[in-house]
Amino acid sequence: MTETLMSYEEALGSYDPALGLEVHVELNTNSKMFCGCPTEFGAEPNTQVCPTCLGLPGAMPVVNGKAVESAIRIGLALNCEIAEWCRFARKNYFYPDMPKNFQTSQYDEPIAFDGWMDVVVEGPDGEPETFRVEIERAHMEEDTGKSLHVGGSTGRIHGADHSLVDYNRAGIPLIEIVTRPIRGAGGRAPEIAKAYVAQLRDLIVALGVSDARMDQGSIRADVNLSLAPAGSDVLGTRTETKNVNSLRSVERAVRYEVQRHAAILSSGRSILQETRHWHEDTGITTSGREKSDAEDYRYFPEPDLVPVAPSREWVEELRGTLPENPTARRARLQAEWGFSDLDMRDTVGAGALGLVEETVAAGAAPQAARKWWLGELARRANEAGVDLVDLSITPADVARVQALVDDKTVNDKLARQVIEGVLAGEGTPDEVVASRGLAVVSDEDALSAAVDKAIADNPDVADKIRDGKVAAAGALIGAVMKEMRGQADAGRVRELVLEKLS
Amino acid sequence: MSDIRQTAAQMAAALAAGEVTSVQLTQAALDRIAAVDGQVHAFLHVDAAGALEQAAASDARRAGGTALSPLDGVPIAVKDALTTTGMPTTCGSKILEGWVPPYDATVVRRLREAGLPILGKTNMDEFAMGSSTEHSAYGPTRNPWDLDRIPGGSGGGSAAAVAAYEAPLAIGTDTGGSIRQPGAVTGTVGVKPTYGGVSRYGLVALANSLDQAGPVTRTVLDSAMLHDVIGGHDPLDSTSIDQEWPSFADAAREGAGGDLSGVKVGVITELSGEGWQPGVMTRFQESVDLMVKAGAEVVEVSCPSFVHAMAAYYLILPAEASSNLAKFDAMRYGLRVWPEGDAPSAEEVMRATRDAGFGDEVKRRIILGTYALSSGYYDAYYGQAQKVRTLISRDFEAAFEQVDVLVSPTAPTTAFKLGEKLDDPLAMYLNDLATIPANLAGVPGISLPNGLAAEDGLPSGLQILAPALADDRLYRIGAALETLHEREWGGPLLAQAPALVEQTEGETR
Repeated sequence: MTETLMSYEEALGSYDPALGLEVHVELNTNSKMFCGCPTEFGAEPNTQVCPTCLGLPGAMPVVNGKAVESAIRIGLALNCEIAEWCRFARKNYFYPDMPKNFQTSQYDEPIAFDGWMDVVVEGPDGEPETFRVEIERAHMEEDTGKSLHVGGSTGRIHGADHSLVDYNRAGIPLIEIVTRPIRGAGGRAPEIAKAYVAQLRDLIVALGVSDARMDQGSIRADVNLSLAPAGSDVLGTRTETKNVNSLRSVERAVRYEVQRHAAILSSGRSILQETRHWHEDTGITTSGREKSDAEDYRYFPEPDLVPVAPSREWVEELRGTLPENPTARRARLQAEWGFSDLDMRDTVGAGALGLVEETVAAGAAPQAARKWWLGELARRANEAGVDLVDLSITPADVARVQALVDDKTVNDKLARQVIEGVLAGEGTPDEVVASRGLAVVSDEDALSAAVDKAIADNPDVADKIRDGKVAAAGALIGAVMKEMRGQADAGRVRELVLEKLS
Repeated sequence: MSDIRQTAAQMAAALAAGEVTSVQLTQAALDRIAAVDGQVHAFLHVDAAGALEQAAASDARRAGGTALSPLDGVPIAVKDALTTTGMPTTCGSKILEGWVPPYDATVVRRLREAGLPILGKTNMDEFAMGSSTEHSAYGPTRNPWDLDRIPGGSGGGSAAAVAAYEAPLAIGTDTGGSIRQPGAVTGTVGVKPTYGGVSRYGLVALANSLDQAGPVTRTVLDSAMLHDVIGGHDPLDSTSIDQEWPSFADAAREGAGGDLSGVKVGVITELSGEGWQPGVMTRFQESVDLMVKAGAEVVEVSCPSFVHAMAAYYLILPAEASSNLAKFDAMRYGLRVWPEGDAPSAEEVMRATRDAGFGDEVKRRIILGTYALSSGYYDAYYGQAQKVRTLISRDFEAAFEQVDVLVSPTAPTTAFKLGEKLDDPLAMYLNDLATIPANLAGVPGISLPNGLAAEDGLPSGLQILAPALADDRLYRIGAALETLHEREWGGPLLAQAPALVEQTEGETR
């Protein structure tokens, strides 16, 4: 099924997009939201379960205090009000991976509400510009289990032979952060959506409340989008796109839905209010379930739990544990690093601020750290279709690679091979250097012999250099590097050549 | 020598004195079950081997001088609404047939930790929905006073087991009267503790905001002793009250002298009048007079919102129940029914299973509750019901400013005949008219045997209600009234019950 799309530019000529983002953050608490089960990622299926998270008859929930603390800290960091009194509610619907066939969530009494976050995007003049995203609410809930559809070709439920359910994830604490409709974004809607999720993730990392891995689903974004005729105040019918699991997908999914909506609306048809699924591989969305008829969740307050009533003293105490606010942090880091506005905007836009910061903390020079993350590593992330943060290399690894360059153990070209090895899972940078034999040769005798050989093989060139044509040294250096299979310090080779021919 | 007619307190004393062993007591109870349960059908599951093993362990402890509690070695029956390891927990439903939970309810764990051998699981209306135990998917329990009559419900199994001397003690659960109303119609004692006084962890929820487990016994002191064992804070139940409780057994012993001097008793105006059986009301009035004679000051107290309690209850309960029962979907445990046709979807399996596994009363309440919570109806139904609930709590608060306890008949009538009200849900629901307000407000209540109604010679009950947390008053005043009654009757009311014919194996009624 191929959708008709309108070109992005044409779509924006006729319509104003309104965005809404719902981001689920899986907290990194040691135990689940309502029971003592561990939360470790990747354990054997159904080994981290108990009567409560399996929804066995008679079992009851108990609120994880650490999760409430994380929820409040997230709320405060998003400039939200924190409820003096709020309750959990049951969201009732049947699904095989929902143990109780209701999700314990929050409905009209969220723990945090009425906040905002300023995101930095590129303004119309190319200069960085701040765009305020209003936060409607952040609430606590539990995750569901995970269904695995076996057989069939698609891995989807249709056509599968049978399905397996893993309840390890059931009951993991989630914070759902919901924005108010974001309007006036115009053509920058995809960029703003991506920047919002990127900065939200940076904030979550700084708070230390989640692993914040989009590729593992510990941050999941749902993108709501609607179009209104240009200049209209009325919001159009929206679609909710799920399964948007990387920063670049956020951007692409918004762009795609703008184009799809515009094509439908301009042909005189109307948008179906529905859930859609994003397909990373093909870059399209497809229809999920229609929401209109199934949307009565029959919410009511969870009678097995008592209200959550965080004291103001506690809230203030938690406010004191917040990391620096993002705007101040950006300004401080820019000053510390001596980055230009442009460097800074690119760093933030690439979702690399935290990565560069950690790399600098591990000992690299700021410009070097930026160069790796926005250069070689950005290229590789792009090739693999993943976000920078999801690459299997740590900031400490990157700092080590730079240190190896600085002490001339490797040159730039070898350093890229070291990175390739680390990304391929061959170990730490030092292990890759050792196993691939990548260190430049610092054995002076070997180097000297190679230079002598190059001189002997190229007498004409050698004569020119003896005659003072130093520029000709390049040819000899090249020959030596070839002989050494690149593993030589070109600067030292040059010194040796000139020494021998002076 | 073991005597099944002894009270639990007497059995405990005999055990302590070395006059009897737990194995003897437990074996006697098992023999009685074997002899009469074919007629009564109080039990859904009897764990003879397990109970005897626990009894032997109790005897060994006692020989070593390390009894775990005053009731160590006294056998008990548990309503099938509480999870038990080693025994099925079905809640009287086909949908849970054969399910053996991997964990004990906190109440059950506390029984084990106090050394009480568990005889088995008692019958109940399916998921505790009913007032007659006729809604059990495994057949009704019969009233030991008249086997053609209902034993009350939903906990008819626990009440009948105690009334028929099949067990000296039992655990019940009370959502709208399921401990107290069976107590009334079987001539036994039943207590619904303060909401949060006994852990609900492992109690398969009917309506979470109303449910409470409690004692089912033949005497007030026995209930008090059992309450001491099962009560107290449980970190696994967030609604459990975190405080120290006084000894309820001490309160019962204090009251047993029969003196009610200085006690202010309120008679609830709204719980009398049309629909109340004359013989029940006569006995109730006689008991009020008895209390006055013993020194109590009795006043009439109006609780005007109680007339709306039934309506509120039948919105809140189905709403919570409809959500609680959603988990029975054939995915993880219990019944699984495959629908006709090839490769049914998960949803089709859920639908077929729930259709086959739930009885009519359960389906009725799921539909009611689903409707009451639906978008557009929530405020008119569930929301209004919660407001009524608040008003009922205020009525209680106002009443308890004037009096120490409130009293009423426990149920409007004595036990009716099996099948009599099965096709008339509203008539069935009216049985809980007097007991429901306590659940809506979370206050504790006890039902005591209150003599036989003149017109049918069947037991009636008197209910005492106290403010939340003041469960000790139930035991102090209940024990006093029990003493006064027994002086009048020349012994316990149950002594007047017709003897059941003991049968040997193979016989049928």
